[in-house]
Amino acid sequence: MADPRTFLGWPLLRQVTGADRLGRGHAARSERSDRLTPRTASADRVVDSVCPFCAVGCAQKVFVKDGEVIQIEGNPASPISRGRLCPKGSASKQLVTSPTRVTKVRYRRPYATDWEDLDRDTAIDMIADRVVETRRKYWEWEADGPDGRRRTRRTLGIASLGGATLDNEENYLMKKLYTAMGAIQIENQARI
Amino acid sequence: MPGLGTSFGRGGATTNLQDLSNADCILIEGSNMAEAHPVGFQWVMEAKRRGATVIHVDPRFTRTSAVADQHVPIRAGSDIAFLGALVNHVLSNDLDFREYVVAYTNAANVIDEDFQDTEELEGLFSGYDPEAGQYDPITWRYRPPAEMTDQERQRAEELEDEERRDQEGSRHQESHQAARSESHGSGGAPVSWKGLRDETLQHPSCVFQILKRHYARYTPEMVRDVCGIEPEQFRRVADALTRNSGRERTTAFCYAVGWTQHSVGAQMIRTASILQLLLGNIGRPGGGIMALRGHASIQGSTDIPTLFNILPGYLPMPNAAHHQSLDAWVADDEGKAGFWGNVRSYAVSLLKSYWGDAATADNDFCFDYLPRVTGDHSTYTTVKAMIEGRCKGYFVVGENPAVGSSNGKMQRLGMANLDWLVVRDLQLIESATFWKDGPEIETGELVTERIGTEVFFLPAASHVEKAGSFTQTQRMLQWRDQAVAPPGDCQSELQFYFDLGRRIRARLAGSTDERDRPLLDLAWDYPLDAEGGPEPESVLREINGTGPDGAALSAYTELRADGSTACGCWIYCGVYADEANQARRRKPHWEQDQVAAEWGWVWPANRRILYNRASAAPDGTPWSERKRYVWWDAEARRWTGADVPDFVPDRAPDFVPEEGATGPDAIGGRDPFVMQTDGKAWLFAPLGLADGPMPTHYEPAESPVRNPLYGQQSNPTRKQVRSPANPLNPSWSEVYPYVFTTYRLTEHHTAGGMSRTLPYLTELQPEPFCEVSPRLAAERGLEHLGWATIVTSRTAIEARVIVTDRLRSLRLGDRFVEQIGLPYHWGGNGITTGDSPNDLVNLTLDPNVYIQDKVGTCDIRPGRRPRGPALPAYVADYRRRAGIPEAGEET
Ligand code: SF4
Ligand code: SF4
Repeated sequence: MADPRTFLGWPLLRQVTGADRLGRGHAARSERSDRLTPRTASADRVVDSVCPFCAVGCAQKVFVKDGEVIQIEGNPASPISRGRLCPKGSASKQLVTSPTRVTKVRYRRPYATDWEDLDRDTAIDMIADRVVETRRKYWEWEADGPDGRRRTRRTLGIASLGGATLDNEENYLMKKLYTAMGAIQIENQARI
Repeated sequence: MPGLGTSFGRGGATTNLQDLSNADCILIEGSNMAEAHPVGFQWVMEAKRRGATVIHVDPRFTRTSAVADQHVPIRAGSDIAFLGALVNHVLSNDLDFREYVVAYTNAANVIDEDFQDTEELEGLFSGYDPEAGQYDPITWRYRPPAEMTDQERQRAEELEDEERRDQEGSRHQESHQAARSESHGSGGAPVSWKGLRDETLQHPSCVFQILKRHYARYTPEMVRDVCGIEPEQFRRVADALTRNSGRERTTAFCYAVGWTQHSVGAQMIRTASILQLLLGNIGRPGGGIMALRGHASIQGSTDIPTLFNILPGYLPMPNAAHHQSLDAWVADDEGKAGFWGNVRSYAVSLLKSYWGDAATADNDFCFDYLPRVTGDHSTYTTVKAMIEGRCKGYFVVGENPAVGSSNGKMQRLGMANLDWLVVRDLQLIESATFWKDGPEIETGELVTERIGTEVFFLPAASHVEKAGSFTQTQRMLQWRDQAVAPPGDCQSELQFYFDLGRRIRARLAGSTDERDRPLLDLAWDYPLDAEGGPEPESVLREINGTGPDGAALSAYTELRADGSTACGCWIYCGVYADEANQARRRKPHWEQDQVAAEWGWVWPANRRILYNRASAAPDGTPWSERKRYVWWDAEARRWTGADVPDFVPDRAPDFVPEEGATGPDAIGGRDPFVMQTDGKAWLFAPLGLADGPMPTHYEPAESPVRNPLYGQQSNPTRKQVRSPANPLNPSWSEVYPYVFTTYRLTEHHTAGGMSRTLPYLTELQPEPFCEVSPRLAAERGLEHLGWATIVTSRTAIEARVIVTDRLRSLRLGDRFVEQIGLPYHWGGNGITTGDSPNDLVNLTLDPNVYIQDKVGTCDIRPGRRPRGPALPAYVADYRRRAGIPEAGEET
């Protein structure tokens, strides 16, 4: 290769004079690009994952450095995706790093006009209180049916929506807990 | 999906994405696959490279059409008319794969004498109750066999009893059906008997002949008038399908929400199923029906449901009217032929997983701890209950109903009337902030200071901050490892719900109230991980199930009804076989064959193509060398081949079950549909569907067109959500003359919470828009890149206009129908914002699955929409002109 430090090393010259006429190989290299290394090379760990957007389920490799996600790429080993990711999968690192991501609990009091801060522990305690209270208040042992009153053992006071972007294990625990609570209005995107 | 479940016995996609590359022809309808499932689409392109014909049937010319061999523009919502005509074409020209049809489907079954078709009843089937708006399917049943077994005779008597009671006025069908259609995700509807069959297919009441008569009026000319497709285009599709089906060749179908989101959605899928069965394309390589799901784990969230009417593994939620004991709960299905006949083992094992030691034979394994349904408790009905003040607490978890659900205003009005709302997400989505900046705040219909809802926003962990499994579109579970810890207050749902459960139980500790027993007895002890949440693999292991010795089970055939096994989701049994997380397997594809059985784990039993016994002829030999997949090895006396056989492994092709046999023992050697209670695939559904045994074309609830096929305009069993916030545009209205259809873009994701907040994706698709044809643009004076206002009786929204040939003006007889395309990802929050097209959509639901129509009628005008209180006034003016009564005036 011609010395890149002289004009003979200019990529365009190398492209028209060398073997790489399409400029997709060594002709496109420069001194700077020769010194570049991919972000992925500096990762401490590479973790196997799956794209969380659509149901194709493209396999991902998550590159981690100093406890931070530095890159997410397609995993070529997958028989389904063979390493590809579409724009969404390719952008999925920003699910973690998005500038507008919220990482603190927010709380809005009834009739309030703005959010306030709330400690997470307190928030979950308050939610547990609400569940116990609403469940008690809206409890139903029996309901009228076509053949008279029948046992229902449930509450119609509590509902839930969500699940299609969640893990199977999460859906499992949700349905298990809701069922034990007697809450039946449990739904997800599958119907939407 | 009951469309697939009632046809084949399981609701999942019958095939996988890679196998599309083995197809000789692929028909994509109800999906813009290249746009919505881009990476999966590589397998369609692979097939094309190998010479396959690719056909795209869609209202718009899209990224999929651009690479298809043929694009067929169709009027949104008219798919059954088109597919029905293909069925007619196959039947009237004897182009069906006769040997397959006779042996593997219910074509030969003779139907009840009292059955009447839409031909006789102007678009209705026998058994319709106009008052209740629903069917009693009793006359759709199989005629009993000439000689009945004792069991069958007993069942016949029961049925007569039931019928008598029905006539006496106790109407028990309703609640029963409401909860049942969807429970055929893995286990067909229970027929009373295999029934009388005429394998010559000549009996006038056999399914084959009924089907022929039913579809006779679905002609190419009718297709022109209903769908706007020219007969010549229709013939090209018909030829491609029939030429590429049979012993030597196979055709695959792909569909997505373009079919499911209709008031006749399940039946659209049924029509494709019928066609694929007639052509002999199910259970074979390069064939099948590829259901393309929209979310990472939407298949998983129906298998292990967060749905009101089912429990894990498609066990029905008990219904108060019928199921007051374990026996009654499983009675409908227990002992029926096939693997669903073992339902009691699956049910008891689930109860053991839920309530552990507390569940014993003496207390019906805590059956009574299960709450009962009494009808429809689906999300849209629940939202109505919120508006009416009957439902007070709401968890919204990784979902954004204020934008993603139809008729967003109803969603927001519902949320504004709660006592408390918990939103768990990565971002402050519209559903979390509606009380502050929702569209109704702008119009003055809601006032922040008067909304009493207490809102908790809890930040969620992203997919790399937690370990767990997704089930993707081909029923494959793939495990994700955790890469980093969640930041700040962020938590996974696993951590949150586990913690919430602990705190609720602590509050109730010591309670002697019977109401609290299910919570206090709940098996809620999990080993903890570094963040103090349950170890995700321990939950997967519970889902997989354990045996009497506490070891992980390896197959659902090991489950028992005596309480000695526990299993959280019987169809997932095997995912933790040999105490190893099988979903975590990642053997590279270059070290395996195309089936790639060691990548992830697929339910059931790691089978990649379902019903694959049908890839062999009745005698067990492959249909052809070219399409060899699973076959009977006569020497080894076992089924063998490229995949795990979807059959009893050693059941010979000539096996005839003994009289009175039940469960798997009753599966004949020629019954590939092992989850069906008669072993056959259903061309005709004798039960299991709320809106008829055979798909029938009805117009969407809002349509500019009169149904040219029948006097019956729209689905007679559709569920209209009645609420002042959900008015319906009258059909054929001059005020709302156009059709709109919503769809998605590659660069965004459903309601946008995960895409409008990412700088990369926002840059790629920065603004909402609508697509219109040049003819419509001229008719309404719309300018390319200018603004337009789109209005329905619900609301009006604005978007930039794209005038494009991609949307064709469809000629229907002597008139044109114009369609407007609307990507639906936008809302008020995020980096890119805009009006939400779902606010336009009305709530009319498919009676089987309660999914809404994604098409409707509208008007479109140039310019931006009115602001503030002028907006509802503008919409009300439209309603007045269309003659729609205002709330309160209806009586
Ligand atoms: S990722 Fe897209 S833009 Fe980048 S090189 Fe590949 S095709 Fe081009
Ligand atoms: S990368 Fe694209 S195609 Fe693949 S799963 Fe993600 S969203 Fe779907």
